[in-house]
Amino acid sequence: MTEWVIEAENLTRRFGDFTAVNAINLQVAAGEIFGFLGANGAGKTTAMRIFCGLLEPTSGRATVAGFDAMTQAEQIKRQIGYMSQKFSLYGKLTVKQNIRFFAGIYGLSGQQVKHKTTEIVERLGLATAADKLVDDLPLGWKQRISFAVATVHQPKVVFLDEPTGGVDPIVRRQFWDMIFEAASRGMTVFVTTHYMDEAEYCDRVSIMVDGSVAAIGKPADLCAEHGVANVDELFVALARKATRHGD
Amino acid sequence: MATDRRALPHVSGVKMFRAFVLKEAKHVLRDRRSLFILLGLPVVMMLLFGFALSNEVKNSNFVVLDRAPDASTVGLADRIAESSYFTYSGRVDSEAEIASWFRRGDARLAVMFPPNFDHDLRHLGHAQIRLIADASDPNTASTVTNYATAIVAQYQTELGGSHVRPGAIAVETRMLYNPQLKSSYMFVPGVMTLILMLLGAMMTSVSIVREKERGTMEVLLVSPMNPLILILGKAVPYLVLCLIDVLIILALSYGLLDLPTGANLPLLLAESLLFIVATLSLGLVISNVVQQQQTAMFVSLVGLLMPSLVFSGFMFPIENMPLPLQVISHVVPTRWFYQIASNIMIKHLGFAAIVKPTLILAGMTLGLIAIAWRTFKQRLS
Amino acid sequence: MRNLFYILQKEFLLIFRDKTILRMIFIMPVMQLLLIPLAADYEVKHIAIAILDQDHTSDSQRLIQKVAASNYFRIVATPVDYQAGTELMEQGRADVVLTIPPGFQRDLAKTGHSSLQLGADAVNGVRAGLGTAYALAMVRQFQTELRTQSPPALPSPLSPVIEVTTASWYNPHVYYPAFMVPGLLPILVTMVGAFLSSLNIVQEKEAGTIEQINVTPIRKHEFILGKLIPFWVLGMVSITIGMLVARVAFQLWPAGSFLTIYGFAALYLVGVLGIGLFVSTITESQQQATLISFFIMMVFILLGGLYTPIESMPRWAQQIAAFNPPAYFISVVRAVYIKGSSAADLLPTLARLAGFALFFNALAIWSYKKRSA
Repeated sequence: MTEWVIEAENLTRRFGDFTAVNAINLQVAAGEIFGFLGANGAGKTTAMRIFCGLLEPTSGRATVAGFDAMTQAEQIKRQIGYMSQKFSLYGKLTVKQNIRFFAGIYGLSGQQVKHKTTEIVERLGLATAADKLVDDLPLGWKQRISFAVATVHQPKVVFLDEPTGGVDPIVRRQFWDMIFEAASRGMTVFVTTHYMDEAEYCDRVSIMVDGSVAAIGKPADLCAEHGVANVDELFVALARKATRHGD
Repeated sequence: MATDRRALPHVSGVKMFRAFVLKEAKHVLRDRRSLFILLGLPVVMMLLFGFALSNEVKNSNFVVLDRAPDASTVGLADRIAESSYFTYSGRVDSEAEIASWFRRGDARLAVMFPPNFDHDLRHLGHAQIRLIADASDPNTASTVTNYATAIVAQYQTELGGSHVRPGAIAVETRMLYNPQLKSSYMFVPGVMTLILMLLGAMMTSVSIVREKERGTMEVLLVSPMNPLILILGKAVPYLVLCLIDVLIILALSYGLLDLPTGANLPLLLAESLLFIVATLSLGLVISNVVQQQQTAMFVSLVGLLMPSLVFSGFMFPIENMPLPLQVISHVVPTRWFYQIASNIMIKHLGFAAIVKPTLILAGMTLGLIAIAWRTFKQRLS
Repeated sequence: MRNLFYILQKEFLLIFRDKTILRMIFIMPVMQLLLIPLAADYEVKHIAIAILDQDHTSDSQRLIQKVAASNYFRIVATPVDYQAGTELMEQGRADVVLTIPPGFQRDLAKTGHSSLQLGADAVNGVRAGLGTAYALAMVRQFQTELRTQSPPALPSPLSPVIEVTTASWYNPHVYYPAFMVPGLLPILVTMVGAFLSSLNIVQEKEAGTIEQINVTPIRKHEFILGKLIPFWVLGMVSITIGMLVARVAFQLWPAGSFLTIYGFAALYLVGVLGIGLFVSTITESQQQATLISFFIMMVFILLGGLYTPIESMPRWAQQIAAFNPPAYFISVVRAVYIKGSSAADLLPTLARLAGFALFFNALAIWSYKKRSA
């Protein structure tokens, strides 16, 4: 049996009498790029927050990097990276200061922190911008720095929440190159996105509708199953049946 | 799906204005916590000033240094203790001990009796007492000393029996406008001034700057909406809140605090409206000049509210200020509104008495509106 | 606690980049300390008195001259009738109107007693009270002078006189700033400790960076300490600046020891930081945080004896005042500055402040845990 890096078994989360996540089951293997799709309000964000250790399940089970989401949330946090579109970096700190902070927080030793800082700056080609405030950098650079910062401690899984909003296709492509590179080194990438073409880059995807997983599998297989040409159409077909509406 | 702008129906300015004002009003109403404070602050302040705060000096702790107690010293000490102005706190045996009591803050006054007090009084016809006051707070010290002196004087008169001393001049005193000497009522116009300045200037400026911070301001500015509507739309809900607060203050003053009636209320409301417009304009000026909510709050609180309060005459008497500060107070709108409001509410005066301050306030308001308009236009261009 | 080091590094970097906070720390003390003590002179002096002389005799003239010579009063008008006198008060041009009735001198000579009328604009109770007290004292003096001059027509039995001498300790020159300034220093500290700190945390809430912190291995207590410690430092800095301004602008230096002041400040700050933290857990926006902090501070300060004395408050208010940390700190700073009180003198207050620090921080932590579950 494969060791799943992320596993959900009848995972349920209720808020009062509203069931945001309804007994979902999914497994993600190491090194996979997993696309977590769904309309607003379908339960994506809630599920992801449970996986990140930010929220407790109401019932069912979720395991991330071998730790239980209910009882071992603190350990999960050490094993994962997280990047959201807006909030990963401190705008009023420089690039280097941001890297140093997060590296230190994730437990890297003083030596490693220094080493990582130079490495990331070089790798991203940011030598000229290293001492600039993050607020003053273009969005595309911010995103790449965010990803580097989120993975500074070589986590087993990195969660990406709508990471590529607001940039042009070329920048998006560059970002995905970073993701491929990380996945090839064994990191699992769990990404949610609105861009359906990005879904095609993923090894497997799942589509959430009304709190349940309506489809899960390889993009090509799912499209064939449902008789659609691409993931975009697949999404539309499934989302149409939704009764919940996002905000 | 591009929309042809020319094809959009022409929405009248008035309709747009109404829609915008309603949207802003909804935002204000939805923010329960802020609303709670904005409506509750005047209530709490009125209650505090009305029932808890007073400049009257009562229950001052005093100690007695009496090395040879006798009938008179004990009698006099008791008399002081009986008064509601004083609370007897203990005996001391030396001046050093007095210092210690003062340092601990456990007493404000020390009454020192010399030995043979009673004997001197009866056989020599005169004796001395020494009152030592902790003058850290000079006014209170002087009030406390005066009270004690008055009690001593009364005791002295009683000792002399019923003989009316020749050359006695009786003074009949009348306290006007405030017969019970409740230092309280002046705070009513003061609270009004403070609340209107806070609400009008700070809230409006913060509200507008928040849009700036979020970036939604630019969006609104490039829309077909007249920018004036944007500004007025932000101000109107706070104008309404200000008026509601004025009504709350009036209701509490008359209903709960027994402020003597007789004030010309319509006149008061009209003047309040004038002042509110002034504070709203101030808020607009601030919002045109700062970029962040935090700055708007800082400027409003420390830069505007505090000096306005200081120069208004509410907290500190203007006539006691050094000349340069008195001059400055003339250009501070709160000073004039405070004067107007107290003349109407406390002294029950009519328009004739407040023509001058009203004109000055109106002039300032117009000036502020002009500045707000100019700075706004500058930002747009 | 390695994390704490990195967190503090980040916080201090951010604070130094934030112009508004820096301005508040430096400008606010200067403004408040310069403006308020200069303006806050409560001394009742130059009471505007109008004298209505209906007697026009040598005695009434002498009384008028006595008033004119006094420092407490300045004669602003001599109205011709009662109506005119009242108008002067209405217009705010006179605080007190002294009416010398017709027959004043005649009555004094014939019957041995006479009367005067004093009307006071009591809108400002303190001023009216002290004004009339001074006037009465003056009349008494006048009375004594008359008596010593012209011996009474009727022989009078010996009536005792108690002579009262007074002394003022600690502020003999009646220097008002000596009283005001030490009272303002705690306000500075309170604003930094409660207001700025809550604003800072709420800013992070609004920006969403707290969520980012939540996914990292940073523990909750590390986060809290990371917020409290920098503002504790800033609070101590602001009181230092305040004391320097007091020295430079008002020549005020504590009569007691600095250590006492700093010691109490350190403890007090922990308490108000707890308040700031608590406020940040119950608010969602900067605006709310500002309003609620302002509200809490205003209530504390008004009930704190800065503006009106605590002893004058009714029972229930005094009992509330017992739970008012700023009230204690204000009294402590004043006592140390003016009277040279030592920590030993103020031990009970020290204990109380410690109690507050524990209470508010416990409250804050409980609220924080509850809301970020």
